[in-house]
Amino acid sequence: MGIFDYDFMKNAFVAILLIAPLFGIMGTMVVNNRMAFFSDALGHSAFTGLALGILLGISDKDVSMVIFAIVFALLLNYIKHKNVASADTVISVFSSLSVAVGLALLSRNGNFSKYSVMLVGDILNVTVSDIVKLVIALAVTIVVWLFCYNGLSGIGINKSIAKSKGIPVILYENIFACLVAVVVMLTVRMAGILIINALLILPAAAARNISGNAREYHLYSCIGSVFSGITGLVLSFYLDAAAGPMIAIVAAILFFVTFAAREIGRK
Amino acid sequence: MRSKKLLQKNKELEEIIEDERAALFRSGKMKWGSKAACGFHRIEINDLSVKSGNTVILDKISLSIYCGKLTVVIGKNGAGKSTFIKSILGERSYSGSIVFRDIKNNTVSRLKVGYVPQKLDIEPNMPLSVYDMAAGYISRVPVFLRKDKKLYDRIKARLEMFDAGDLIDKRVCDLSGGELQRVLLTIACTPVPNLLLLDEPVSGIDRNGRELFYKILADLKKSYDLSVILVSHDLDLMAQYADDVLLVDRSVIARGTPEEVMASEAFKKTFMVNGAKE
Repeated sequence: MGIFDYDFMKNAFVAILLIAPLFGIMGTMVVNNRMAFFSDALGHSAFTGLALGILLGISDKDVSMVIFAIVFALLLNYIKHKNVASADTVISVFSSLSVAVGLALLSRNGNFSKYSVMLVGDILNVTVSDIVKLVIALAVTIVVWLFCYNGLSGIGINKSIAKSKGIPVILYENIFACLVAVVVMLTVRMAGILIINALLILPAAAARNISGNAREYHLYSCIGSVFSGITGLVLSFYLDAAAGPMIAIVAAILFFVTFAAREIGRK
Repeated sequence: MRSKKLLQKNKELEEIIEDERAALFRSGKMKWGSKAACGFHRIEINDLSVKSGNTVILDKISLSIYCGKLTVVIGKNGAGKSTFIKSILGERSYSGSIVFRDIKNNTVSRLKVGYVPQKLDIEPNMPLSVYDMAAGYISRVPVFLRKDKKLYDRIKARLEMFDAGDLIDKRVCDLSGGELQRVLLTIACTPVPNLLLLDEPVSGIDRNGRELFYKILADLKKSYDLSVILVSHDLDLMAQYADDVLLVDRSVIARGTPEEVMASEAFKKTFMVNGAKE
């Protein structure tokens, strides 16, 4: 049987076609504004969101995960602005605590193995409602980009200039943090907690090697993301391995290829 | 509602006038110094104090700054120069007040500040062109989506006024210190602010670049209706170009023309070690 004779592969394919451009777009800003560690920490907080959902008896675990991640992101931003410790220390504190709480709750009664699939992700179990959520997330991201991209980019370059130009710095930072939180939570079950940040960062990092301006950066990042998404999914089918890691491997290869291209181009 | 519309209209007209000026400048029909400052705008700083915990960083600074003047702030490291700038920018909370007044008809309005920082948080290899950065700060056209031809020409015309026109397609991370400073100055002056705040880089710009920058500032205050406050680390250039010098150490410990300040006891105490300039 061919790859598309399976319904689950069709759904997975559609999901990849939504997740890849979403990560391609969002990764550019995460990398520019030095938020790679932040998005990684958000991914880890998925455990706690899931555990809280189970504890509170919420049937759609996405709801509890998204709500927890938004609270996590806003609280983290708030403490970061207090300037009591460097940003990476604050993020570490949040990340460790949420992983610990999540693991503690999920491992009660020796049940953790039930949730270990969260670590590597499972894109083959994508449902129609998952796809609807992804469409909404992609649409919201594009809208945020149309209205806030200039401001967010300006904040990343220099906060003081951004402020002097009337950009509402804290509001924009919070909007972006919430957006990352929502996107990471809606995709983490498919991509895997251990892998999701690689999928978010690698295409943008690869695009940086060969881009000279913001338009090329977005274009190459999206192309790279979609290419590694599709290639990784097809490879995972034939090699019978999890999709998330295969996609990450392809994206990492892209990074080194573009890196080499840049080094050769500079000579 | 009506007044809001009028204000918006006024703002648009001002922008058109500025664009026309930039275009005239570009075609060589206009030179610097075509429109002097009116001298009727005054920035009043009253009892500005900043504390961090129990430490007093700035202690009751009061002064007025008129349009058309280049005010240079000097002082040793940790004297509170940057805090002073950050307070005016509204990034540090302070006690006291900062008021922008039109003394001709005694009206108070919101102070428009243009800011040139010491450095940018930009990594090597960042895919950000000068156009991207400038357009991002001064317009709402999303820069990731398309390059707007009209905006591109407008930014280029502005850059040309600051000797930076040919930099528009370069990546920001590839600029030299002096080039970056002129690009940042262009962004800070688009649209023209009431007050231009500049934090001069400590290093990374050669003597010629620094001199060019001071010359541009001197032209700028002659041509536009604005005040300039510059935190400087170059006492020689300061002496040559400043109209007004503030020597800061928690408060203003000397103020006047460069000659006056350099002759003061406070200046000698701050910058002379065993009779030699530091």
